[in-house]
Parts: sequence; C-alpha cells; structure tokens
Amino acid sequence: MEWSEWALSLAVFIPALGAVVTMLIPRAQEEAVKWVALVTTLATLGVVVGILVDFDYDKSGQLQFQVNNDWINVINSRYHIGVDGISLPLLALSAFITVLCVIYSWNHWPEPHNPKAFIVLMLVLEVGMNGTFVAQDLILFFVFFEIVLLPMFFMIGVWGGPNREYASIKFFLFTLFGSAMMLLGFLAIYFKGPNTFDIVALSDWAGQDLTHSTAVLIFGAMFLGFAIKVPMFPFHTWLPDAHTEAPTVGSVLLAAILLKLGTYGFVRIALPILPEAAEDWAPFIGLLAVIGIIYGALGCLAQTDMKRLIAFSSVAHMGFVMLGIATMTSFGINAAIFGMVAHGLITGMLFFVAGSVQHNFHTREMSRLGGLLTQAPKMGWILGFCAMASLGLPGLAGFWGEFPALLSAFEPLSTLSEETFRTYMVIAAIGTVLAAGYLLWMLSKVAFGTPKAEFADAEIHDVNAFEWTAWLPILLLIVALGIFPNLLFGVTDDAVCVMTDKISEQVGADSTCDEGGDTVPVAEHE
Amino acid sequence: MNPVFDWHALAPDVIVVATIVVVLVVEFAFPHQARTQTSRIAAIGVLAALVPIVSLATHENEAREMFAGAYAVDNYALALKAFFLVVTYITILLAVDYIDEGDYYRSEFYFLLLTSVLGLMVMASARDLITIFIALETISIPTFILAAFRKHDRQSNEAGVKYYLIGVLSSAIMLYGMSIIFGLTGTTTLAGISDAVAVDTTTRPLLAVAMFLTLVGFAFKVSAVPFHFWAPDTYEGAPTPVTAFLSVASKAGGFVALLSIIFFGFRSPNAADLWWGPVWILAVLSMTLGNLAALRQTNIVRMLAYSSIAQGGFMLVPFAAAGIAEANGEPFVADTSFEAVVIYLLIYGAMNLGAFAVVIAVARRTRSAEISSYSGLFETSPVLAVTMTMFLASLAGIPPLAGWFAKFVMFRSALEAGGPWGVSLAVIAAVNSVIAFFYYAGVIRVMWFKAPATEDRSPIQVPGALTGAIAITATVTFVIGVYPQLFARVGELAF
Repeated sequence: MEWSEWALSLAVFIPALGAVVTMLIPRAQEEAVKWVALVTTLATLGVVVGILVDFDYDKSGQLQFQVNNDWINVINSRYHIGVDGISLPLLALSAFITVLCVIYSWNHWPEPHNPKAFIVLMLVLEVGMNGTFVAQDLILFFVFFEIVLLPMFFMIGVWGGPNREYASIKFFLFTLFGSAMMLLGFLAIYFKGPNTFDIVALSDWAGQDLTHSTAVLIFGAMFLGFAIKVPMFPFHTWLPDAHTEAPTVGSVLLAAILLKLGTYGFVRIALPILPEAAEDWAPFIGLLAVIGIIYGALGCLAQTDMKRLIAFSSVAHMGFVMLGIATMTSFGINAAIFGMVAHGLITGMLFFVAGSVQHNFHTREMSRLGGLLTQAPKMGWILGFCAMASLGLPGLAGFWGEFPALLSAFEPLSTLSEETFRTYMVIAAIGTVLAAGYLLWMLSKVAFGTPKAEFADAEIHDVNAFEWTAWLPILLLIVALGIFPNLLFGVTDDAVCVMTDKISEQVGADSTCDEGGDTVPVAEHE
Repeated sequence: MNPVFDWHALAPDVIVVATIVVVLVVEFAFPHQARTQTSRIAAIGVLAALVPIVSLATHENEAREMFAGAYAVDNYALALKAFFLVVTYITILLAVDYIDEGDYYRSEFYFLLLTSVLGLMVMASARDLITIFIALETISIPTFILAAFRKHDRQSNEAGVKYYLIGVLSSAIMLYGMSIIFGLTGTTTLAGISDAVAVDTTTRPLLAVAMFLTLVGFAFKVSAVPFHFWAPDTYEGAPTPVTAFLSVASKAGGFVALLSIIFFGFRSPNAADLWWGPVWILAVLSMTLGNLAALRQTNIVRMLAYSSIAQGGFMLVPFAAAGIAEANGEPFVADTSFEAVVIYLLIYGAMNLGAFAVVIAVARRTRSAEISSYSGLFETSPVLAVTMTMFLASLAGIPPLAGWFAKFVMFRSALEAGGPWGVSLAVIAAVNSVIAFFYYAGVIRVMWFKAPATEDRSPIQVPGALTGAIAITATVTFVIGVYPQLFARVGELAF
C-alpha cells in the first residue's frame, strides 16, 4: 500500500484509535492517559507534517492524497477524501492546535477532573475536525461535521462554568438546526443535480441545470448550516455563551477549529457548487458580515468578562473572513483562508491566556483584574502581544487576514455591485478601529495598572513550562506568518484561483486571477 | 384442491410453533427445576428459527407462494422475519432476570411472548387481508396479557386493560374498512385488490372511506397521533421488557402490515392519491405532538413512549413520500421510500431496545424510572452512561450512530418525492429532529452533568443477559452508523 493512499485516513483515524485505547485504560492511571493522548496527537501531527512535506505545492489546485472508495453504495455516497491548497492549511492547523491543547492540559485539568473522559472527547473531536477538512463527499462531510457536536457538548456541559448546562444545549441546538437544514440542501442538490454527492463532480456541474429560484433556495439551506457554525450575525448568540462557559481547552478548540468548519463549508461547498446562487446571496452575506464586524466590536466594549469579550471579538473577526468570501474573488477568498488560520492561532492563544489568568485569579471579571504585567510579567506581555496580533498590527498574522479582506471588498467580482461592497469596506474599516479600541481597553484593564487589593498578596504563577511548550509554537507562527505571509498565500493561491476561475466563468464575470495565477499583491514583491 | 406445503419455506414459523409447544409442555409436565430453563428453551428456539431463514436467503431465489398467494416467503418476508427473531432474542435477554427476580409466572411469559412472535412471523409473509388480520390479532392478544403481567400492580392492570380496549376498538374499525375493500374488489388477496383498484375509478369515494378506516385502525396499532393516547400509560404500566417489545416488535408488526397492504395492494397511482394525504397528516402530527409531549416528561419510560410516537411519525414520512411519488407516476422513487421504511425499522429496533436495556439495568438499582434517578450515572457506572448516551444520540440522529442513517433515508425519500408536499414534509421532519434532541439531551445532561444523588457510588451490577443485550444493540448502533451499507443492503434486497 502506498503512503499517499493511507496518509489522510491515518490523519483522521489515528485519534479514533487513541480514543479507543484511552477508553481501555483504567481511570486512575492518569499518567498513562496523558501519554496516550500526547503520543496519539503527536503521531497525527507527524502524519500531517508528512503530508505537508510530500504535498506538491506546484499543483496545489488539485486534490492530492486522494482516496475514493466504496462507502454507502445504496445512496451513492463514497469515502472520497483528499486535500488541496485550501484544506491543507486548515488540516495542519487542526492537528497542530490539538497537540498543544494536550500539552496545555497536562497540569490544567478543569473540574470535575476526570482526564480520561476529557481526553477521549478531545480525540473524538479531532477525528471530526480533521475529517471535515479532507472530506470530498457531501455525506461524508456531513458526518464529520456532526461528529464534533457531541464531544464539544460534553466538554462545555461537564467541565464548563456555572451556566454550562444552558450554554451547552444552546450550542448543540443551534448547530443541529443548521446542519439539519444543510443536509436537506445536500439532498436537494443530489436530486436536482447529477445524482452524486461527490464535491469535485458537483463543483464541475456547478448548478447548471437548476432553475434560478431553486438554486437560491438550496443555497439558503446550506447558508443556514454554515452561517450558524461560523457564526454570522444574527445566529451568533450561542457563541458568547459557549465560549464563556467552556473550559479553556474547549474554548481554544472551538475558536481555533470549530468555527472554521462553517467558513470552510462556504469555500469548499456552497460557493463552488452553486456559484450563481452565491452571487445572489453575496451582497446579503456581505451585509451580515459587516453587521457582525460592527456588532461584535460594540459587543466587546460592553463586556466585563474577559472570555466573553474575546468571544465577541471572534464574531467580528469571522465577519472579516465572511466579507472576504462574499466578494467571491480569489483575493478575497485567499484573505479569508488566511483570516481563518490567523484567527485560529491568535484567538486560540487569547483563550489560552484567559484560561491561565482565570487559573491564577479565579475570576475573569476585568474590573477585578489589573496589573498582570507586575505580577506575572511574561503572561502580561504575551497577552499584549496577542492583543496586538488580534487588532491586526502589520508584521503579525492578524494583519494578513484583515487587511486583504478589506481590500478585496474594494473590487468584488465584476458582476457584483461595486458601490455596495465599497460601502461595506468603509464600514468594516471602522470595525478595525473599534477592534483596536476594545483590545487595548482589555489590555489596559487586565495587564496595566497595579494589582487590585484582593490579589495584592496573592501568589501568582507566571508562565510555566507546560504553558511555554504549548504557547511558544503558536507565538512563533503568528510572527512567522506575519513576516512571511507567502508561507500561507503560496499554498492557497493556486487552489483558490482554480476555484474562483470556475466561479467567474459560471456567472460570466471577469477572472480575478492574474495570468500566472498569482493574485496576492505581496507575491509580486518577493 | 389440496394446499401445497413448502416445508422449507415454512420452517422458521414451524420452529417457533414447536418452541411454543415445548415451553408449554415443560411448564406442566416437568419438575420445577426444568421449568426454570424455559427462558433458555425460548432463546434457543428463536435462534434455531434463524437457521432456515439463512438457508432460504442463500437458496436459489424463487418466489415461494402458498395458499393461493395468501402466504409468500420472499426476500421481503425473510428480512423482516430475521429482524423479528433477533428483536425477540434481545427481548428475552432483557426479560430473563426481570422475570426470574420478580417471581412472575415464568413459562407463561415466554409462551405468550413466542405466540406474539408467531403472529409477527406470519405477518411478514401475509399477502391477504384475512391473513394479515389474523396475524395482527395473534400479535396483539398475547401482548394484552403481557402488559398486565405484574398481576398485583394496579398500573400494570390499567396498562393491560387500556391496551386491550384500544386494541379491540382498532381491530373493529380496521375490519370494517377491510370488509368494504372486499365488497368493492371481490377479493381479499392483495394482488387481486391491486389489479381491481388500478382500473376501477367508479368506486373511488367508497374506496377512500374504506382506506381511511383501515388506516385509522393501523394508526391505533402504531400509536400515531391522534390515536396514540393509550401508549404512554400502557408503556409505563407494563413490565419494562414488555414495553421494549411493544415499542419495537409490536409497533413494527403494525408498520409491516401497513407496508404490505400498501406495497402489494394499493400502489397504483389511482389508489395512492387517496391515502397519501391522510398519511402525510398522521406523520406530521405524530412527529410534532409526540416530540412536544416528550419534552415535558419526567419519567423515562413515558418519555421513551412519546419518543416512539415521534419516531413512528418519522417512519410514516417515507410512506407519505411513497404515496406522493406513486401519485405522480414515479414507482421507482416509491421503491426507495419503501426501502427507507424497512431501514428505519431495523435501525430503530436496535437503538430503542438498547435504550430500554439500560433503563432496565438502571432500574435494578434505583427501582425508579424517574429521569432524576439517572443523575451522576456517568460517575457511578460510566459504561451504562456511555451506552445510554449512544442510544439516545442515535435516536436523535447524531452521526456516527446508526440513527443518522435512518433519518437520512427518511429525508431522502421526502425530498426525492419532491413537490411542495414532499419538501414541506422534509422541513417539518428536520425541525422535529432538532426538537427531539432536546429531550434526549435532557437525559444525557442528567447522567453527565449532575452529581450522583445517592450516597451509594458503587457501579450498578448488570447481569450477563442484560449485558449481552446492551453489547449487541450498542455494537449494531455503532457499526451501522459507520458503515450503513450493511443494513441498506437488507432494505434493498427486501424489494
């Protein structure tokens, strides 16, 4: 058997194997459980690194490491997996973040403890996340998309904060509703289209023989599924609750990976399969994205809880990602994918820090915090660094997610209304100012000043070895991607161009890719 | 004319009859020691009956019809017979310790159970209104007694009486409808009826009445809203293993009867036009009201009763879809809808029996069916909690557990039938599957998120038979969820 045939399946199912092994270990042997988790996630990351090495970057527009086997013949659904330049960065992000979560968990077990169950859930979660990014069959995608629900439900519900029951069920019902509608959309595509669930075949078909109104309706069904997951305004209300109540690692995985399943769905499925309907929806999606940017930012300013603030900032950041996608240009979608990765790293990191702050102070109320820089200077600096990255400071990763997304709105697909998107751009630009406002406000509340009286004599631990091990790779990546954005744009650009060219052709718009396939301006200044 | 007996084809039913006789004889003619073995005899008999089914299924594929076409042993019948036998085997596993420890009448229990199973076996093969009616009564009458098996318990008596009265009423209504069908078509065989209704258009109003009455009769049997009100009381009062049997096997019997009548007798566009509307309404009402009522339950058996009403509604969705497709003249589309019903039944059987198995296991410790008594189950008995979570998540249709595929084929049939009625049905079903998760999650929350209520934190001891039942159903629930092709193939073969 060839490595290339097994690599992706291994990347998806090694965590499942690890989960089974963990289940067999007696609960009391916590050390064994932790080591199994670490070995499993490291092995998965190892496989993903192997894929990164063997991936042919000159052909990133094509699916590689493909496997296409029988699965459920009766309904014509196949086990078809593969990666291209769009899914590869997200797969890598998922495998990477999960390892760090295991390391961070090493001595940060949320109550009520029980590392065994926690690890099993985390590993099952990884199966769902990795699987979603490689699935090339709608039903397979749906199954992986749903697998993440139960583990996250339990993570929030068992290990979460005081309001955890409400938050966990809200998270579940929102996403379940969305995915039920999404499934109906998939089925409608199957019956109205060429009777296949294969994403590649459906992208070639691109909704050709659908009547326009049907296509718009089907897109609407899928939109519900993905938009709730992103989450876009006005479906975002589950997110602040889920984030606030979730344990640190749950928040990190939720922010870093789970939210991307929604935006990835738009890029991988909704846009390529129904481009003409997407064109109709684009101004509306752009509008919701912009509302999300402003609303999320204003929401941040009203928060007193640190985690809740970061959660609202996620709504705003995902707004930028969605704005990029709504332009339907290769520039915008490149920016969106960069935004997904950057947001995953930066916001994941912010949640890590918020978790450690809570671990130390047993509160996240910003009015009670202060002077982190004097009590735990390293942690304070890391928080400052992340805040800078999050507000889009040039030279750090956040910039390349946000700024190109804004730019792309200046010139959307030629068949979309320029005035509308330029208006969106202006409004979204205000959002970046607000972002600077709320992040600096949070920083000044938490890190600056002097410690409050109640914590003045408290013994505060600065960043420990486990935290360094878990955080340093993220911090380095934030810097690396900030300085060399082409590390990522170089991977995504070809794949995005192949896709957007098809879309442009389908809707009769001008191509948004240059001759050589390079659309990202930074690529020219190499 | 001498009737022809194809003994190979009849072997599964004959083995069940033989087992019934042996159980009875052992009860009155053997010493006490031997009588404790009747559960084993019943279980072995049920498994033995599976042997000829396998040999028939692998045998050369010929249509085996007997008694002037009233009794057929085809793939459809074989698949369902195998299903009924496996369900019965699991029911026996659920019942063994319950019956032994409860000091109930041992052999009578298995005698009645197997008699009901005999009705199910006949039902799978019945292709004639009279045979169907007799099969249905053979299924029902023993279960009236089984429901009231806890003789000194008033709730159990109430359960039996309610079930009996409703059962008789529904039989009467159904029989009246069937008699009109006979009057209109001059035959009781489904094939003959099919030919007659396909061409005759003059008697449509009367045919509509007849079909409606028959449908109402079946609606009682499968506890479809608004004919469902007996189910929660009966389920709660009956011994729990019996409830498991009622909610899976007996309900499936009703569905199979409905499926046979429609599939073999009323498929023509001419007839489909008449019945898909009422079925559509039954499906929507059962899903919606079943779910809404389940939301308010505090007793897990009552919750599962309402949940099974809602699940019955989901099973009616492909029926309505098949009717829409037939009325539009798309018989191939209707075929996949009928397959969907069978697939849904198989999967529902596994996950619902599993849920009841855990309920029985937990009740051994707590002596209670209150949902609150499940608090902290994950702390005290993690395996039971995890398997229960699997079954409930599967009932809710969460991948990768089998229930998702059942829901999937259900959605698929509704959307394939298409049109405003098909699509709206799919959307209503989708919304309902979200509502359903809320009450399943209610139990999950109590098990995982709450601390144990009692001081006693030792794990619940589960006897071997019950462990076996949980292991079988959990394995099926998971394997079919990951690789649904296995069951889907059965559904495909059946038609």
